[in-house]
Amino acid sequence: MSKSFTRFSGTMAPLPIQNVDTDQIIPASYLKVTDRSGLASGLFCRWRYRDGDPEGEPIADFVLNRAEHADARILLAGDNFGCGSSREHAPWALVGYGFRAVISTSFADIFRSNSLKNGLLVVPVTEEVSASLFDAVAADPAAEVTIDLEAQTLSLPAGGETNFEVDPFARRCLLDGTDQLGYLLNQASSIQAFEAAHPARLDTRSG
Amino acid sequence: MSRPRTLFEKIWRRHLVATEAEGLPATLYVDLHLVHEVTSPQAFTELAERGLPVRRPDLTLATMDHSTPTDPSIDTAKLRVLDPEGSAQLDRLLANCERHGIPLYAMGDERRGIVHVIGPELGATQPGMTVVCGDSHTSTHGAVGALAFGIGTSEVGHVLATQCLLQHRPKTYEVRIDGRLQEGVVAKDIILAVIARLGIGGGTGHVFEYTGEAIRALDMEGRMTVCNMSIEGGARAGLIAPDDVTFAYLEGRPMAPAGDAWEGAVDDWRSLPTDDGAAYDRTTTLDGSALEPMVTYGTNPGMAIPIAGAVPEDDAIEPEKRASFRKALDYMALEPGQQLQGKPIDVVFVGSCTNSRYSDLVAAANVLRGRKVADGLRVLIVPGSDAVKRQAERDGLAQVFVDAGAEWREAGCSMCLAMNGDQLAPGQYAVSTSNRNFEGRQGAGGRTFLASPLTAAASAITGRVTDVREVLS
Repeated sequence: MSKSFTRFSGTMAPLPIQNVDTDQIIPASYLKVTDRSGLASGLFCRWRYRDGDPEGEPIADFVLNRAEHADARILLAGDNFGCGSSREHAPWALVGYGFRAVISTSFADIFRSNSLKNGLLVVPVTEEVSASLFDAVAADPAAEVTIDLEAQTLSLPAGGETNFEVDPFARRCLLDGTDQLGYLLNQASSIQAFEAAHPARLDTRSG
Repeated sequence: MSRPRTLFEKIWRRHLVATEAEGLPATLYVDLHLVHEVTSPQAFTELAERGLPVRRPDLTLATMDHSTPTDPSIDTAKLRVLDPEGSAQLDRLLANCERHGIPLYAMGDERRGIVHVIGPELGATQPGMTVVCGDSHTSTHGAVGALAFGIGTSEVGHVLATQCLLQHRPKTYEVRIDGRLQEGVVAKDIILAVIARLGIGGGTGHVFEYTGEAIRALDMEGRMTVCNMSIEGGARAGLIAPDDVTFAYLEGRPMAPAGDAWEGAVDDWRSLPTDDGAAYDRTTTLDGSALEPMVTYGTNPGMAIPIAGAVPEDDAIEPEKRASFRKALDYMALEPGQQLQGKPIDVVFVGSCTNSRYSDLVAAANVLRGRKVADGLRVLIVPGSDAVKRQAERDGLAQVFVDAGAEWREAGCSMCLAMNGDQLAPGQYAVSTSNRNFEGRQGAGGRTFLASPLTAAASAITGRVTDVREVLS
């Protein structure tokens, strides 16, 4: 499902807002889809378009509408990005738009988990690094960073690099394309043994 | 004698198919998988593409709640015309459940309701279980002492196919509420105060366990309200240790153990509470007796104040957070230092998986009985399940609402997330008993003040943000 991800360089789209919730990333009106496609136009649509309508007038000063950030494939966001609803439509929309990674000081748990299952790398950084990246992109929108998942390093525009944490299993899955469901299916005998030792106390068909 | 363990740790250990190892997550068994129409279709597609069956349809339960109409005049046929997309999603759930033998409470089924209302109501969610659903408010079921948390759609597929999840063990966070609540202060006020204290990311990476006298004194539905909003504090799950209140609630419910199995289950459940001397990774304590009715002013649930208070001034906000604070106030069209009490509103919504249970409706009805909704105000009362609706109609609560001038609706998520046509118009203000005041959550441009059912009912009478204690005194 997810693309393999090793090393990636690019410019950043700065979104210096804290606590961006998944309702902002993709509003509930887009959740009626039965597949994963077609969500890119809804990405941040209430901030991106007048009246939230992708057919309507773009809001000129929103970061995704600014020419200098049109090619950015890395989102630079404020603290606690992706809080709120568990909707996986949020990373689907970000990936559909073309984002490969999100950099923030912190991420909500479910968003982090969902993103890593869809080839969207979440890169946690310190407040100092975050501030320096926002400064760098303000000074030069073409400032580039390089994310190296193998080495778990982020190369900074001003030179130097910083390490970042990523769940080792998710990293392995992203690097070698390991399929998480396949990994679970391979545990069938352990699951069967567990079920034999722990009879269910419930049958939902009895209601 | 084993070392003292927390409630969380006991449940976690019981469900390990494989323990966490160097670089590898644990494999955690799921006792109950709840499913709804919005976050499941892509997961079923994944199974179909791989030719996989659902491993345990007998541990899976589906309902329709997010995009179902609450207007009693809209039936399935009308819905196909009014909302073809939503209707197609409901049809997809029906087809998927039929194909895999999953019990589904579809529109018209009298067991149907909001997934987090019907789970406990049916006795399906029980102490010591692991419960998951593609919905962040799955934390609700922690009120019975189950480890319950929201998952994404990829994980919905994992559970459908294997009844297991790959998980890293979260940390534990004791949230202790001492003392007794004052008159007019209820479960919703506790959890809004907790989130205001810890911040909406305060619980990230943790499971909350709520303890203390004020929590013990809550009935089960109050405990569900508290656990429901754990995710708004960043914690995926919230737990409350099972006790006699829990057992009395569960006994006799359709899916609860019965007969000899009941006695055995209760004996087991009594072993679950956190042992004396067990350590949490973090602890915080609030004085419940000092809590006031709470109301939010901003665009996340942590932006809450006591109802008699004022929106913070700029200088009370950390400098790096001021831009986001100002953005929230701009959206809400409020000023720093402004009082919320007395602010005119357009809509009152009593409903959602946070506050749509029978006791929530009783609380609202007690305020509204013999009174009228303010002129020009729209008041929606949306029961959490068909069972709650029928009980409220039997006991005369529905009539209280109708007599007061409120709309009495069918069960569903409704205006909490505004997927089904129940929504605010741009610029409107609502006092809402739901769980999220995010920008546009209740309709594009809509502005939400989150509060308790008591505060919502009091505000329905005056048409303004109102302290229930003034109405009742």
